[in-house]
Amino acid sequence: MCTSKDICVIIGASHAGVNTAFNLRKEKWLGKIILIDADPELPYHRPPLSKTYLTANTSTTNLLKPVESYKKDNITLLLGKKVTRLDAVNRCLFLDNETKIYYTKLVLATGAKPIIPTIEGLKETASYFCLRTAADIVAIKESYNASKTKKVVIIGGGYIGLETAASLKKIGAEVVVLERESRILKRVATAVISDFFRDLHTQNGVQILENKEVSKVENTLENGVKVTKVHCTDASYFTAEVLILGVGVVPNKKLAKQAGLKLKNGISVANTGETSNLNIYAVGDCAYHYNLHYKTYVRLESVQNAVDQSKIIAANICGNPLMYNTIPWFWSDQYNVKLQIVGLAENYTDYIVREEQDKENVISVWYFNNDELLAVNAINHTKAYVIGTKFIKESKKIAKEKLADTSIPLSKDIAVVN
Amino acid sequence: MAKITFITSSNEKITVAATEGSVMELAVNNNVQGIDGDCGGVCSCATCHVFVAPEDVDKVGVASEIETDMLELADDANEYSRLCCQIPVTDAIDNVVFTVAK
Ligand SMILES: Cc1cc2nc3c(=O)[nH]c(=O)nc-3n(C[C@H](O)[C@H](O)[C@H](O)COP(=O)(O)OP(=O)(O)OC[C@H]3O[C@@H](n4cnc5c(N)ncnc54)[C@H](O)[C@@H]3O)c2cc1C
Ligand code: FES
Repeated sequence: MCTSKDICVIIGASHAGVNTAFNLRKEKWLGKIILIDADPELPYHRPPLSKTYLTANTSTTNLLKPVESYKKDNITLLLGKKVTRLDAVNRCLFLDNETKIYYTKLVLATGAKPIIPTIEGLKETASYFCLRTAADIVAIKESYNASKTKKVVIIGGGYIGLETAASLKKIGAEVVVLERESRILKRVATAVISDFFRDLHTQNGVQILENKEVSKVENTLENGVKVTKVHCTDASYFTAEVLILGVGVVPNKKLAKQAGLKLKNGISVANTGETSNLNIYAVGDCAYHYNLHYKTYVRLESVQNAVDQSKIIAANICGNPLMYNTIPWFWSDQYNVKLQIVGLAENYTDYIVREEQDKENVISVWYFNNDELLAVNAINHTKAYVIGTKFIKESKKIAKEKLADTSIPLSKDIAVVN
Repeated sequence: MAKITFITSSNEKITVAATEGSVMELAVNNNVQGIDGDCGGVCSCATCHVFVAPEDVDKVGVASEIETDMLELADDANEYSRLCCQIPVTDAIDNVVFTVAK
């Protein structure tokens, strides 16, 4: 299908873009592969940024691939270059408004960018940090190390904000997490999980404050130290030397919009990864796609989604038709607790919580839509995660009363035999 | 310093040496086909599955409970299976041979 004259350009060199490039070679793409990213760093793993990277003594990132791999697979890496314009009619794009690059096939792996909430004074304060890139984390580390009071405020109690809280606590910070909703993790988990993590953080000395909407921030001096005063709508306020935003991300759709692609909460793609333009594909955090198992449209922010989609689109670009069909999974590590999630729980009707007997903090939450197992959230419980994964994949029915009975050890025997 | 050999599913034999990191990192850094290390080495993805040569099992040691559970996600796992992000490179595993799972 492809010839050595073809050029595949990939915009975004992170989990989705990098894996797409290497998978294209596996699928025998003969032409050029040009992989572009505005980030000047050699592509790295993002998950460690909020976990081990903050606490580690080194400033080296975990590379996705060593630099030699790009050479070996003849992948041209253009780092520190931003694509400023996309001309889908003439099949070309512009780097930093200058260099023009033509493509045969284009992959948008543009991911997502942090939301900057509209808070009075935030722009003027300018001394806040986001949690997305290696540079963000390096800046947090430097600012934290230079701080006198070691006071950190994190706005937003999602996974990344909470992981960052745990990491900073580990290196001695005084951390306050301000969550606008009635509970942390509200957007992504049930109250059982929120409660567990609230307790975990509280036990570890991180202050988790919910129903706290930040209304205003201002720079001020406290005992001669330059701090940021963070005001909430309920008239409470907190001071921070390091202010971190972790309120979520929005997909990068600007180029897709320029190209006139169909957009939703992300760039709309078919199960092949193809957008509404047959020469343009989208993959990873930016792709709004259909999940065949759950029969629903979603946009997911996870390594699994980026990696698995990259395999599908590489195959399709090389003329090997494959459909995206996976059960999503995700993990989060906080303190010494491992959370593993499989499935999409959105449409659950009921759930069962299992707290294993004689084991501290070994918990699993099983989400159902009536008889159908949708998802499992497993806390320090890889066995539940693995069994759940298999049951969901095989659409197994589960004897709920057995699952709920912790005197029966968790095993595959909780499935109903047809 | 440990010298470690990987045998890939296309029967390529790669011998490399290292003093630190995990066996997964060593494999990724040396382009060993079949070891992806998608989760970055935190025992969450099972894309770093290897088989330890039977004679090396004692040197390499056994999998933790989490790792053993995760290995159940690999269809071809057997008693010699390990997720190699969980194996630190140390002198103890000098001359060990790992066969990469398909
Ligand atoms: C701190 C942190 C912790 C995380 N932890 C986990 C975890 O534990 N488990 C998990 O599964 N997931 C985790 N994630 C999510 C995971 O990292 C993302 O889902 C993944 O990075 C998505 O990959 P992507 O390539 O689609 O997008 P991104 O990683 O967002 O990459 C997109 C890239 O495109 C580039 N780009 C965009 N527009 C342009 C342009 N116009 N020109 C040039 N370059 C451009 C950007 O610079 C960026 O590098 C975490 C994310 C963060 C930030
Ligand atoms: S790298 Fe993910 S389990 Fe080993």
